[in-house]
Amino acid sequence: MGVGIEVRGLNAYYGKHLALKSIDMTVPANHVTAVIGPSGCGKSTFVRCLNRMHETIPEASAEGDVKVGDISVYGEGTDPVEVRRRIGMVFQKPNPFPTMSIYDNVAAGLRLNGFRNRKQMDELVERSLKLSALWDEVKDTLHKKSGASLSGGQQQRLCIARSLAVEPEVLLMDEPASALDPISTSKIEELIFQLKQHYTVVIVTHNMQQAARVAELTGFFLMGSLIEYDKTEKIFTAPADKRTEDYITGRFG
Amino acid sequence: MTRSRFQNGLDELKEKLLRMGGLAEQAIDQAIEAYRTRDAKYCQKVLINENDINQAEREIDELALDLLAMQQPMAIDLRFIMAVVKINADLERVGDQAVNIAQRVLDLISEPEVQLPVDIPRMGASVTAMVQRSLESFLDGKAEVAEAVLQMDNVVDRMKDEAFVVLVQKMIAEPQTTRAALNVLLIARNLERIADHATNIAEDVIFWVRGADVRHGGAHFRA
Repeated sequence: MGVGIEVRGLNAYYGKHLALKSIDMTVPANHVTAVIGPSGCGKSTFVRCLNRMHETIPEASAEGDVKVGDISVYGEGTDPVEVRRRIGMVFQKPNPFPTMSIYDNVAAGLRLNGFRNRKQMDELVERSLKLSALWDEVKDTLHKKSGASLSGGQQQRLCIARSLAVEPEVLLMDEPASALDPISTSKIEELIFQLKQHYTVVIVTHNMQQAARVAELTGFFLMGSLIEYDKTEKIFTAPADKRTEDYITGRFG
Repeated sequence: MTRSRFQNGLDELKEKLLRMGGLAEQAIDQAIEAYRTRDAKYCQKVLINENDINQAEREIDELALDLLAMQQPMAIDLRFIMAVVKINADLERVGDQAVNIAQRVLDLISEPEVQLPVDIPRMGASVTAMVQRSLESFLDGKAEVAEAVLQMDNVVDRMKDEAFVVLVQKMIAEPQTTRAALNVLLIARNLERIADHATNIAEDVIFWVRGADVRHGGAHFRA
């Protein structure tokens, strides 16, 4: 099951540059929450702070209080590797391991976590591929075909399956469909909608129609601040802040 | 840039709707003039005007649909287009009511004139003012003007209720006036309906400008 996320006073830096300014945000469990905003607004930085990916960039740092379920993400003694296992991430460009088979791609995270039981691994791989709506298309070629032999949309669903295999509680998606055609995009969107039954999903997107279609809550970021955060239908029909309205109606800047 | 094309589309939509509003106002004026002068030529004008209104209605719906499909408008733009589509339907109904009035007038003038204790031109002036002001609020996006229109609706409702009382009395006292009195009563009712359409237009303007639904007597903001 998904867990909720509580963010309080989150600041993120690139060197001395303050890229996120005192963000407070409550992301409910088992919902899809979209994060929108212009390039450079801090939306990707924000999601990367949720699973401590941000600090993997040289000179980047973050401070504040982030609770994901019962873990204090920036708490003393919290293991970033454990955080990233519980909070999966899917990126803009599908990045399967190109030479590994489909099966091995999905199992990669499990193996990295020291998982050895073959039968259970088979079950987890199948379950993950079913959850990511790829199973029917690949079940006969699991060991024969490589990750790279799949289409772009299939590769992205393979990456989602790989994230799901380690049984995370939260799934972060950074522009997961922006490199895909409309049919693959609609499959991913349908999948996101299904996944929220089991996970909490946070999606970063430039595509406002996509946010409107998949998310129940939407946050608008601008210059490192969270300007407005509300129900998606409110944000897209009658936002409270003029800056939100200017952005979503394309009158920005 | 795409957005400037979108803005041009929105401007065109507004202009078309205002032009349609002008046609609807004209239809009311001509219908009242027909009543006042008992001159059938004004009735003919209303009927001809009706075709233009119907044509304008189709064009506005088409443009609104194109903008929705092609530009995926959001927030205030989406509310604007939705308001235009609804106002468009109201204006078309105003045109229909003007036609109804013209038909009643044609029946009235086929008989000798009867003096009736109802001031239709005065009621017509109030209704015209409501339509004008509702369109003015749309032109400038002025919710305050639209609110004033909502207040005016009560006055017109009262005029219609009064007309009903005095015309029924007249019909009972002088049954030979029944046909004329009934025609005038229907005209009063048509005018009251036009006032209702002006009220709808004003409510749609408030929705567009403020994002609030004020229909059915309450301000409902999205939670």
